[in-house]
Parts: sequence; structure tokens; C-alpha cells
Amino acid sequence: MIDLSNVSKSFTLHNQGGAVIEVISNVSFAVATGECVALTGASGAGKSTLMRMIYGNYLTQAGEIRIGGLDIVRSEPRDIIKLRRDVLGYVSQFLRVVPRVPTLDVVAEPLRALKVPADEAQDRASALLTQLNIPERLWSLSPTTFSGGEQQRVNIARGFAHTYPAMLLDEPTASLDAANREVVLSLIEDAKARGAAIIGIFHDEAARTHVCDREIDVGCFTPGMVA
Amino acid sequence: MTEYNFAYLDEQTKRMIRRAILKGLAIPGYQVPFASREMPMPYGWGTGGVQVSAAVLTPKDTFKVIDQGADDTTNAVSIRTFFQRTAGVATTTTTSDATVIQTRHRIPEEPLHEGQILVYQVPIPEPLRFLEPRESETRKMHSLEEYGLMHVKLYEDISRHGHIATSYAYPVKVEGRYVMDPSPIPKFDNPKLGDMAAIQLFGAGREQRIYALPPYTQVVSLDFEDHPFEASKADHPCGMCGATDSYLDELIIDDAGGRMFVCSDTDYCEVRQAAGHKRKDAA
Amino acid sequence: MTPLLSVQGITKRYGTHIGCADVSFDLYPGEVMGIVGESGSGKSTLLNCMAGHLTPDAGQVVFDTRTDGPHDTITMSEPERRMLGRTDWAFVHQHARDGLRIGVSAGGNVGERLMAVGERNYGDIREKATDWLGRVEIDASRVDDRPTTFSGGMQQRLQIARNLVTGPRLVFMDEPTGGLDVSVQARLLDLLRGLVRDMGLSAIIVTHDLAVVRLLADRLMVMKTGRVVEAGLTDQVLDDPQHAYSQLLVSSVLQV
Repeated sequence: MIDLSNVSKSFTLHNQGGAVIEVISNVSFAVATGECVALTGASGAGKSTLMRMIYGNYLTQAGEIRIGGLDIVRSEPRDIIKLRRDVLGYVSQFLRVVPRVPTLDVVAEPLRALKVPADEAQDRASALLTQLNIPERLWSLSPTTFSGGEQQRVNIARGFAHTYPAMLLDEPTASLDAANREVVLSLIEDAKARGAAIIGIFHDEAARTHVCDREIDVGCFTPGMVA
Repeated sequence: MTEYNFAYLDEQTKRMIRRAILKGLAIPGYQVPFASREMPMPYGWGTGGVQVSAAVLTPKDTFKVIDQGADDTTNAVSIRTFFQRTAGVATTTTTSDATVIQTRHRIPEEPLHEGQILVYQVPIPEPLRFLEPRESETRKMHSLEEYGLMHVKLYEDISRHGHIATSYAYPVKVEGRYVMDPSPIPKFDNPKLGDMAAIQLFGAGREQRIYALPPYTQVVSLDFEDHPFEASKADHPCGMCGATDSYLDELIIDDAGGRMFVCSDTDYCEVRQAAGHKRKDAA
Repeated sequence: MTPLLSVQGITKRYGTHIGCADVSFDLYPGEVMGIVGESGSGKSTLLNCMAGHLTPDAGQVVFDTRTDGPHDTITMSEPERRMLGRTDWAFVHQHARDGLRIGVSAGGNVGERLMAVGERNYGDIREKATDWLGRVEIDASRVDDRPTTFSGGMQQRLQIARNLVTGPRLVFMDEPTGGLDVSVQARLLDLLRGLVRDMGLSAIIVTHDLAVVRLLADRLMVMKTGRVVEAGLTDQVLDDPQHAYSQLLVSSVLQV
């Protein structure tokens, strides 16, 4: 489902003397449907960078990243947008939303973008918010005012609203208590069970061993480091 | 008589105005620019109409002037006298006898016949002016037939008053093409504009525009399907001749608030009175 | 798939000064594109060339018309272009007063485009106008009030209603949230997002506010001195800018 071959990335800092920073070189791996792969490596090894490259958020200088057959390194923006809407989900560490939009609508939005009728989308959103223990009295409020843990759970609910065939999870269990952590892990298990290909970053080792089938040490691909 | 050229204006000027009139007749409802001259009367007193009359009068014509329907008010008397002195033409107050009728804000009640010319005095020829002040833009709107704005004006009327409250200078569409300001005639007169046997000429002196309706032109008053155009008048008979079909002026007749409604068309009223018509219920 | 709008080699000079130079891109149905750059970068010149307000010195602006397919709107006759401007195109001005008839009621403002395309039933026009006021979150009781009695945010929402009432397919927006309070901006952005999604609108938004494009635009073009220096997916350009100027632009924004 997700195939990377010979992927490399560098940053050129034009405003800092044109410094070129090689971040990742020659990454190749594949994630099959129903499989969950963890990216590991020391802080700064490029885990998040790699994940952002797979999402198309960062530009990839060389190689191929194929998701469901589409090489996002060479795709038009509209194809990537379509891919993100239909195929590729991403749960980032930060919630980024339009202020004042109610939580329920924030969670339902990915479904609304797929032309799912409003009530059906809201039913699904309600179920997820309930499952993630967000009290119903908060649903009509904007999540921008919520605590860090609440925001993270809203973010997860939003990320799991649509049943994406491929998912990227950046620290989905960070800043969650044990009960909510279990809910998130079960959501991941469910996604795997329905055949989603998942790439995740988990600092929480127990969580990682619980849901991940394999680990890939991103440090191996960091230039200047010995594999 | 020798001190004036016939009908005051010099022949070159009349030629220029006649060209504008002919162009106006060829494109009914289209505003033709012309080089309006200074006339020996102030703007607003009918300088546009006077120039058009001067350009169409011939020595054999019989001239009539009405102001709000009346032959005997200041504006009518002064213009009639002006052409008596400068053109020496015959004048009349009888609508059917006149060959050229200059009018301010009315169409005579008696239907006009072929061979007659009705000359309107126009203060503001541009019907779109109040909503779109830019002349460059209104010209473009006319040339491209973009008349949605005209209905915005009527929409505003209905939203504010519950009905189309525009009661004079009611906009019309000519031959399905140009939207035209019929000059500030009451909308009661609008139906007479269309299919008229006489030639209708419109002159705006200050604004330097002439436009025209040749005989038997289609003229439709703008409206909405659910708020159709209605030609309205005061719901009374004339207090002097008893006419129920003519446009009426309201007169205050004493200090006690007493009032009466009389025909605004004085000739029409006098002819009826001479024929023995009286107000039926004397009061 | 045919692009809704295909812009090719648009160049506009003001004497020897370059307004914009050799700008080309395709916009597909449902796409929202942002154009960012500092004042004088040529983004407004480009927008006005595309919308038919300025005639470019070179280039084509090919629009996929409903009836006849793709047509170059630069060489199209003026009546045709103006008809597009009343039907399939909409233009939202930065200053609502430039896009509204300030002496006409809210209902009349919204109804104008309907009347311009020949609607002649007062009741229908008023009903549609009232419906649109609701969609832009203006209370129906304000339908007969003039925009002069509205707040800045309401005026801007009224301008949007006035533009969208005829169901256009392409909306040009020039700094649509400029000059509004931050809280009012957020409400407007949310509204625009919903309308774009529900009506399947395509839009081109010119702004200097990177937060606005992040929330509204799928794609982004960065302009500098009349030229496009970088283009791509909005979040990619903002999070991983490639060109020196884009990097400077992104790093100049205050983080909150």
C-alpha cells in the first residue's frame, strides 16, 4: 500500500548562507495492507520529516513514494489533495482548525469533504468523541480552547472519522491517560483489522510493541551516521 | 420679426438638432448627444424642449404648450409667447388643432393623431442615473442591455412601500431594447406612450440629450410578474367636468382644508364643460 | 479532466515597470488557489487581469464556459465577458463598499444579479435573497436595511451573498478578510470554507495573510516582483518552502 524507494531529502536554507542539510537519504521500505510499522530513532533522526514527506507536506528531492499506486513525489497538488481526502489519513501532534468551529463539525469535516450527508457524518463524529471520552457538553465548542489532552483526542477522532486505507500517526498516544491510550490503541487495531496500512511514531514503547508489526530505525538513513 | 432668425435658433444649429432628432427616431429610446445652446431662459424651464421645438417648427405649424397639462401657467405662457415672437407661428390651446405640442410632465388626454409632434421637456434623461452615477458605466449598460439595475430600483420601492411607489418618470423599455426615462410624466400617462400616432421627441437641454419615439412604437413599462405595472390616478371624478378617465390635480380651495380634484389637462376639461358636462354631484 | 481556468503566459506592464510577468497555471473544478506575496508583488494585477478588470499585454485566460467549452476570456467580446461576470464568475473585493451598492437594501444587493439575468418575480427574488442572507449568517430581519447600517464583517458577508446568489463556478477574492477583526476573520473563513465545499466552488484568493491561505487554499503561488517564484500544495509551500523568498516570507510570520 505504501512503497518508498530510494527516497532522499535535504533542506536548503537560502537565508542562512545557502546551507544544505541532508536529512534522509536512500530510504526504501514498504508497508502492506493491514500492517502497522513503527518509525524509530533518536530525536532529530528524521522520523517526523519522513512522515511529512509521505504525506506530501515536505518535498522529496529524490526517489519514489507510492501510495495506492500514486507517486506523490511527482504528483500534481490536486492529485495529492484527492489522495489525502480518500486514501491517506494523517494524525499530527497538533490540532490545526479554524477558530470557532464546533468540535463536532471539526471531527465530521473529513467525511463532509467526501460528500457524506451532514447527519451521517455527525453520527460518526459523535460516536468517536464518545469513545474518546470527550464530554458531550464540549461538542458545540471550538476545540481551540481545550486542554492539550482533549485537543489530541479531538485530533484522533478527526483522523479516524473516515476509514482511510492508509494512515500516518505521529505520536497518537502522547499526553493521553491510560484509559484513553487504550481507546486509541483499539482504534488502531480496528484500522489494521479492516486492512489499513499504518505508519506510526510512538515514543510509548508499550504502545508500540502492542500495535506495531515491525520497526524501522530511521537513524539508519541519516547521512553521516553509521548504520 | 426681422430681429430673429425664424424660431430663434440659427439654421446651422437647427440642422444639428434635426440630425440628432432623426438619429433618435432611427434608434427609438436611444439618447443622442447634441450640442445644446444657451437659450434666453434658465435651465429647468424647458431649454431642451424649446430647442427641439425650434428645430421642427415650420411657418405653417400651429403651436401649443402645456405645463403639467395646463395651457395657462407661467412656463406654458412664456414658451408660447417666445415662439409667437420669434417664429410668428399660430398658437392654440386646442389639442386637436395643434401640429406641434411642447409639454412639461403630461401627455394630453385626447389621443393625438398622425402628423402631430409631441415635444417633451426632460430634466434628467438617464433612467439609470440614480443607481449608477458614472456616465461611462450607464452608457455601457445601455449598449450591452444590462438593465438589471432598473429592476433593483423597483425592488427597492416594493420592499420599502409594499408596492411600486414610483408614480412619475416611470421607466419603460422601448421596442424590447432601450430602457428610457419618459420624463416626469405621471405613470398614468405611460400607456399612452406606446403605439401613439404622433411623433414623440424628448429634449434635455442641460444634459444635452435628445431621444425619440417614432409613431406606433412599442413601449412597455417595467414591472415584476407579481407586482404588475398599474397606471394610477386619484380615485375621483373631475370637480368641474365630471370626467372619470382623466388625470387629476388636487386643489386646496379654502383655509378649512377644503379640496377638489380637477383635470390637469385644461383643454380637455374646457372642451367637456363646453359640451355640457358638469360634475354630477355638486359639492 | 478539463481545467476550469487555464492561465497562460499572462504579462502586464505599466510602462517599463512589470505588473506581472509570464504567469501560467491551471485551476481545476473545486480547487482553491491562494496567491501570496508582499505589496507590489503583482498579485492584485494578476487577479485583475484574470477577472477581466485589466487587459494583459500578453497571455490567455481560458475559461471552460458552461455552454461552449473553453474560451479565451481576453479575446472574448465585452458583452460575453460581462455576462460571465454576472453568472459564472464572482469577485469579492477587499473593501465591501467597492462590491456593494451602498444606497440599496441588503435584499436589493443580493437580488441584483438575479434581476440582471432576467428574474422578474419579486416574491422569488426576495425569497432567494433572504435565504442567502441566512447562509451568510445575516438575520432575515435585516433584509430591508442598507449596508451602511451593517458592521464591517456583515458587509463582507453581504458582498459574498450578493456574489454567490447566481451559483458561480469561479470566485476571485482580493484580500477577503483584510481590514476585519481577527475574530470576524475566523467566522468569515469558516463560512467561506463551508460554501466552497458545499457549492463545489473554485476560487482564487489573493492575500498577504498566510494564515488565510493555510485554512482556505489547496494550492499556493508565491509571487515576487511580478513573477511566480514558487507554487505547490499550500501546506508544502508553507512548511517546506524551496525558494529563498518563500523561506523569508514564511519565517517572517510571527508565531502565535
